[in-house]
Amino acid sequence: MSRADALSVSRTSTLSAAQAHAAAPLFAALGDETRLKLVLRLAARGPESIAQLSATSTVSRQAITKHLEILARAGYVRGYRRGREHVWRLQPKRVAIARGYLDQISRQWDDALGRLTQFVEG
Amino acid sequence: MDTNRIDKEILLHAAPSRVWRALTDAGEFGTWFRVKLDAAFAVGRRVTGHVTYPGYEHLTFEVTVERMDPEDYFSFRWHPYAIDLAIDYSAEPTTLVEFRIEAVEGGTLLKVTESGFERIPAGRRAEAIRMNDGGWATQINNIRDHVAR
Repeated sequence: MSRADALSVSRTSTLSAAQAHAAAPLFAALGDETRLKLVLRLAARGPESIAQLSATSTVSRQAITKHLEILARAGYVRGYRRGREHVWRLQPKRVAIARGYLDQISRQWDDALGRLTQFVEG
Repeated sequence: MDTNRIDKEILLHAAPSRVWRALTDAGEFGTWFRVKLDAAFAVGRRVTGHVTYPGYEHLTFEVTVERMDPEDYFSFRWHPYAIDLAIDYSAEPTTLVEFRIEAVEGGTLLKVTESGFERIPAGRRAEAIRMNDGGWATQINNIRDHVAR
């Protein structure tokens, strides 16, 4: 596939004042290195317990819990009990990521099929 | 929207035999797909090549052909969006790409399906997005700056 095609696609987005106001807390929740890392990790590895999340982190377990609570308030993650463990999982971001990814590949196919059309009809 | 598959349909003003050749002849495929293939397509064969899209010639292309039913059906497996040279994708799940050819009045109806995205790890999807023109991590920063003003 002309994977390269997607790289040339640029998207611009504009926000109305009201949208920006509503969106600000969402982005503020991600405006911290530890929290961004937690989101990326949960996206890559699926649900994990506090113990797992803090095992490889230099940040304390207590601090991790606080960050997860901030993320939970913004709707990025949700905590639940699994046996004796408290496990956290990613919420809407995962869906957004999956959609964005497929959108991109879909555009690549549109481009490739456009070239195929020119090729066989030309 | 289904996040596990892609479906495309396109009407081509050309005969099914012409479309079949454009899809399955390595040279013809490479012309519109922008890849220079090292070998012909054959069932079960792993075919590699080099991307010829300007600016992205360093990328390699690799598929394994699954089925070829002349002027009817062509399919292969590959690693979707395998554009990071630092990653060895070989152990990762593949997606299945299928081309279905149907003769219709005035030409050929081509149906393209890419499926199996549910097997691609979410982290990999996120990475692919990040690599797209800065990606969502940058977008988040942009919007954060925007709303902070």
